[in-house]
Amino acid sequence: MSLIPLLLLADSRLPGGMHAHSGGLEAAVAAGRVYDAESLHAFLLGRLTSVGLTCAAFAAAAALELSSGVVVGEDGFQSREAAALDDEYDARTPSPQQRETSRALGRHLLRAVRAGWPSVLLDAVASLHPDGPHQPIAFGAAAAVAGLDPGATSSAAALASITGPAHAATRLLGLDPDAVTAVLASLAGQVEQVAAAAAKAARGPVEELPAVCAPLLSISAEHRRAREVRLFAS
Amino acid sequence: MPREVPQGAHQNRGTVRVGVGGPVGAGKTTLIAGLCSALRAELSLAVVLNDPDLQTDTDLLLRNGALEPDRIAAVWTGCAPQAAIRDDLRANADAAAALEARFAPDLLLIESGGTDLGATFSRGLTDRAVFVLDVAAGDRTAHKAGPGVTNADLLVVNKTDLAGAVHADLDVLRRGAAARRGEAPTVFVSLAEHPGAPAVADWVRKLLAERRLTAATAIGAAAGSTTGPGGEAAGS
Repeated sequence: MSLIPLLLLADSRLPGGMHAHSGGLEAAVAAGRVYDAESLHAFLLGRLTSVGLTCAAFAAAAALELSSGVVVGEDGFQSREAAALDDEYDARTPSPQQRETSRALGRHLLRAVRAGWPSVLLDAVASLHPDGPHQPIAFGAAAAVAGLDPGATSSAAALASITGPAHAATRLLGLDPDAVTAVLASLAGQVEQVAAAAAKAARGPVEELPAVCAPLLSISAEHRRAREVRLFAS
Repeated sequence: MPREVPQGAHQNRGTVRVGVGGPVGAGKTTLIAGLCSALRAELSLAVVLNDPDLQTDTDLLLRNGALEPDRIAAVWTGCAPQAAIRDDLRANADAAAALEARFAPDLLLIESGGTDLGATFSRGLTDRAVFVLDVAAGDRTAHKAGPGVTNADLLVVNKTDLAGAVHADLDVLRRGAAARRGEAPTVFVSLAEHPGAPAVADWVRKLLAERRLTAATAIGAAAGSTTGPGGEAAGS
């Protein structure tokens, strides 16, 4: 497996709309739960080991499913398996607001990736749902067409579950960016563990994929709808 | 001579997209509200607002029925208004495509969040860019180099009525704009005195006329052949 597509897909500058999302960090900052490097570390660890694990497992499962002998037929081959993954992920995302955000990010990501790796497979995945596929399914599809193996896919997805919120903390709190880098580096071991667990789970049945949620993230996502002042899209 | 229209990479077919950028308080939303009031009788319009204060900004656009609420979309940029119109335009492109799919407007205005002179609209997002400066921010702004002023297809210098009060010299602004922009047009307006911004509205009318001419020529050249839709305007 070439590392270059992995690095391109994991680059936070990939124009997939992610820069405007804080992954719930903005709400945590507003509630006073995150205010410095230490509280950021706690937030990121919680996010990584909950929704991060679920995201990484679904991304790896989608990559596994879509990279093995894909043939696109008349009614979009593989779409049944991909649709099952999308449905299962939907069931693991209780907040309507988070569902909407996840589909928007999946839609955005596919558009960015189609420019680099045009593929009928991406077109088929894009049409899974009128609002676009869930983000981890889109990421798995992107990984499949870019030639990533499921292990690399889950590593990139697990890491991405914390880099976005970490950069949002730099912007929102004015934290020293070097301190944020130190927090991310200190989590490297846990990212690897989560990625390994996710890759392992991805080889199992779809309905048994991890279903770890973060209730406070879901609740605060719903409360955000009513917030008058906000800076991030999520 | 104006550049050819359209050239945006977004292939949004019938709609002309115009970006409106500039610092906070320069008058971007006021300009858009004025344009909507002035043009609504002759054009179908839609607006994407970045980082809006939903209460006051939307009120400004809805006042006097300048625009229906459904024709306004909001995009949040995560404290990075420049990135949202340039480096990662995905959310804006998505909002624009949704409005275009629903209303097929003649003109879609995309207002950036408050930006400095470094902000510039990607050609992948808009066909044309307008940058708004505030006279009350001083008369040296136009001379400062930055793609906002340099690349804009139209520079709008607003609040000329305040020049005397803040000791700003409009000639200095005029010379600064000429130095940075060459032949590209700059208009001086007071939206407080002329809310409809007739000079800007005329620039938009000319732009739309060029688009119709280009489209007519293209249809003639194609001689019956058809091209499919594509880009961000296509369904997901």
